[in-house]
Amino acid sequence: MRALQQCLTLAWRSLVQVRHNPWELGDYSIQPILFLVLFLFVFGGAVAGSTEDYLSFILPGVIVMNLVFVTVYVGHGLNSDLTKGVFDRLRALPIPRWAPLAGRILADMVKQVLCILLLLGVGFLLGFRMEAPWWGLPVMIVLLLAFALSFSWVMVLVGVMSRDPEHVQLFGFTALFPVTFVSNAFVPLETLPSWLQTLVALNPVTMLVDSCRGLLSGGPVLGPALGALVWAVIITAIFAPLSVRALNRRLMGQGGAA
Amino acid sequence: MPAAIQITDLSKRFGATQALAGVDLSVPEGTVLGLLGPNGAGKTTLVRILATLLQADAGEVRVGGFDVRTQAHQVRELIGLTGQYASVDEKLTGRENLILIARLLGFSRADARDRTRSLLEQFHLQDAAHRAAKTYSGGMRRRLDLAASLVGRPRILFLDEPTTGLDPRARLDLWQLVRGLVGEGTTVLLTTQYLDEADALANEIAIIDQGRVIASGTAQSLKARVGHRNLEVVVRERDDIARVAEWVSRITGRPADIKGHRVSAPAADPEHLPALVRALDEAGVPVDELALRGASLDDVFLSLTGRRAGPGPDDAEESA
Repeated sequence: MRALQQCLTLAWRSLVQVRHNPWELGDYSIQPILFLVLFLFVFGGAVAGSTEDYLSFILPGVIVMNLVFVTVYVGHGLNSDLTKGVFDRLRALPIPRWAPLAGRILADMVKQVLCILLLLGVGFLLGFRMEAPWWGLPVMIVLLLAFALSFSWVMVLVGVMSRDPEHVQLFGFTALFPVTFVSNAFVPLETLPSWLQTLVALNPVTMLVDSCRGLLSGGPVLGPALGALVWAVIITAIFAPLSVRALNRRLMGQGGAA
Repeated sequence: MPAAIQITDLSKRFGATQALAGVDLSVPEGTVLGLLGPNGAGKTTLVRILATLLQADAGEVRVGGFDVRTQAHQVRELIGLTGQYASVDEKLTGRENLILIARLLGFSRADARDRTRSLLEQFHLQDAAHRAAKTYSGGMRRRLDLAASLVGRPRILFLDEPTTGLDPRARLDLWQLVRGLVGEGTTVLLTTQYLDEADALANEIAIIDQGRVIASGTAQSLKARVGHRNLEVVVRERDDIARVAEWVSRITGRPADIKGHRVSAPAADPEHLPALVRALDEAGVPVDELALRGASLDDVFLSLTGRRAGPGPDDAEESA
């Protein structure tokens, strides 16, 4: 019980941080809205014939892309705790060893839900209406969070391995842009060269986007959703142990400033 | 008195570097141990092991009677830690930082607020309570750091170079705060590169160099270990130098050192000073300066390691 309260306190801390850090807040709000609006009006006509038809196609794409980008903040925050010494202060307190990490990931989940709801809200204002049954929405959120949780482990590893928070950010943008763009988030699979189609079809982002489209607007869900969950399990199985090992190594190898 | 901190034959190695090579230390409850040493001596490594942040390779460390390796959780309930590496969260306000720690320590919401308010007051941070810590000055940051480490009223406090980078005024303020805590019964282990800081705050001082404690004791006993004070006289007339040098060596029983007009010799007995005054007076020899200088901690450090310690003003001197 005490551990849960400590974990919630640490999550509260990550969320309060955002209040004093307008840039981060912008990354969660202005940036995804900007992407949605820009892509919608610039590419809508070319890709789907009209912005109205493109909206239900691209909204899940932007939601998933944003989901992946927001996980960067898990690594970013962890790294800044490690480099600035907050992590050591927390470790010297009588709290479970996993609490700081769990608190951060929990806060990340809250941020993710808020981002998803924000994007859906903006989509609604732009004219998006859900066509699938209502329960598709909670299922979609759970599925997205499950994937975000597994992908957080990748960012934990990046956060532990990086020299400073700026490097985490840099990795976030250089590695994650291709991962999200080489998918069917913004364009239909059929329009891509055939060699690329194979790659795109295997991309978990594609599977996730397809599941979201199905859950919001109707269409196949089970296949892509299972594919995304398999990816989530594989990513967790590989990166969770790597991350924990790297974190312990980093903590044990520190002689401090001396 | 039981020992609040008991360290036995502690070793730690990082790759090729032997950070600690068999340290033995004991800090009685309610006292301040000053751990003095240059950069890289192993001070921070030692504190990190005491604070359960790092595991030792060998040796036994007990804090408040608990083993830091097997009873880390109990140790963490007793300690507070302030150091350059154990920092507050810059993105939170001063108040939020303290609330965070209080809540993590199991304070109720109301208790956390009360404790935070009283700490902010005690550390003169009320006006900055609602500003993000990254906007704080160096002195305010250290005060917040210290406040954060005191939220749980720790019985044992580790201060790792608490005043490095502070201006003299902020430094004296912090010393005052530490003295107040010790007055309330807190045991403090303080690391510093500054000799005057150790001298001003610590009951006992341990000098650490290259991972070993090379000397320990009270500031007085360490100074006494260097063995001597220095009898120094600056003679006004060049013609008198030889005469005065002869008296100085006769009185102290040691050969006198002559540098320009300055004649000096180690003086084991404070009575040497009046003896020299009488000799000078009888012969009517004018002098510009006459003093019996106590050894400074800097002298102690120099005589033990052959090197100067870190920066810092010289120790007080006894003049006549």
